[in-house]
Amino acid sequence: MSAPYLEIKGLKKTYSLKPILRGIDFVLVQDECMALLGANGAGKTTLLRILACLTKPGAGTVRIDGLDIVREAQHVRHLVGFVGHQPNLYDELTVLENLLFFGRMYSVKHAPERAVTLLQQVGLARRAGERVGTLSRGQIQRLALARALLHSPQLLLLDEPDAGLDDEGIELLEELLREHTRRGGTTLFTTHNFERAVKFSNRICMLGGGRVVYLQATSGLEPGGVRQAYQEVLR
Amino acid sequence: MTFPSQVLAILWKDIRCELRSKQTWISMGLFALLVLVIFNFAFDLRVDNKAAIAPGALWVAFVFASLLGLGRTIASEQEKGSMDRLMLCPVDRKAIYLAKLLGNMLFIGVVEVVALPIFAVLFNVPLFTGELLPIVLLGTLGIATIGTLFSAIAAATQARELLLPILVFPLIVPVVIGAVRATGTLMVPSINEPPWLGLMAAFDVIFLSVSMLMFEYVIEE
Repeated sequence: MSAPYLEIKGLKKTYSLKPILRGIDFVLVQDECMALLGANGAGKTTLLRILACLTKPGAGTVRIDGLDIVREAQHVRHLVGFVGHQPNLYDELTVLENLLFFGRMYSVKHAPERAVTLLQQVGLARRAGERVGTLSRGQIQRLALARALLHSPQLLLLDEPDAGLDDEGIELLEELLREHTRRGGTTLFTTHNFERAVKFSNRICMLGGGRVVYLQATSGLEPGGVRQAYQEVLR
Repeated sequence: MTFPSQVLAILWKDIRCELRSKQTWISMGLFALLVLVIFNFAFDLRVDNKAAIAPGALWVAFVFASLLGLGRTIASEQEKGSMDRLMLCPVDRKAIYLAKLLGNMLFIGVVEVVALPIFAVLFNVPLFTGELLPIVLLGTLGIATIGTLFSAIAAATQARELLLPILVFPLIVPVVIGAVRATGTLMVPSINEPPWLGLMAAFDVIFLSVSMLMFEYVIEE
């Protein structure tokens, strides 16, 4: 088995005295894709925000590629691509300008060529000169995916990446995830769709009450089985 | 990516966004002009009291107009994704602060360039001397230094428009007093005045250093 790429030990987080994460432990290796399931408020987004160095953990340790996410946050940021609930783009800038700006922020070599390639991949090459504010929800989500992949991150953190995507967009998302995994990348994504969770990932993790309540490889699993497990463990 | 490149990249982005949205400059400029016009009608300006009133009116207009812009620069980052867009990037947090500070100074500077000639005409004061430049520069730097830091604090709250002036006004009092008195001295030269420019410069250096150190902790959760 490969060395752990993402290692979470005893991770806790509290907001305003309310515990959100009560001790999360799991490990992800390279070329692994994990789906994170859980009811609203289970702590999925908080977990992803901690891994993306946007929120500091309350207790416990998280290592990405051996780096501590608190003490070596600036290095970790180079390794992580994040798509959150918000697209994290600038409406006033064009599609291409957004990617070029973030390319500079991440010191991406040959950023213009990389940006054009990604725009072709996500089907937005023809809208490169248009302002992000004029795009539809689905197109913005595609661009957010392109932004997250711009600096070729090793770890992709996607918070409901399927939100707002049409069928073609979902296929594109699947292709991007498979491509990322093929290249040895690690992915952790949240979803409320059991079929996609089984189809896109190698393992499924369910959060309930701020803890990991279910951790299972997807090989041989059916969406119905996951739904049943979800209903049982979160009852 | 080097520190100056990070600052320039964020500054370039802010200028481009502002040129396209035009939200900050236009509202700041109009506000400054309105304050000057209102003061011009509100005060009974005579030759003997002009030097006492005009500098105060000028700097009150600059301060009020600045607060509109200061609130916008960080608040615009907070919209649609909070500060996440920049916080996700592996850039020095001091570079974010410096870029926002330079952006604020630029926005305030443009308003000042437009408002100064109108002020000179309305109040009939000869202010176009080279000596005004360091006063305006140091005064603007002081306002922007404090304003940029506290706009980041206020932006994280729901009542940011109310909170920002309450936080900023008390702290910029020294620099505003210095700027008003130095501008007044330009109009009516007087002896035994304290070295206002030196005091403003000292204030700017202290608050710039403190703000750059604190900004990281302010914008982190």
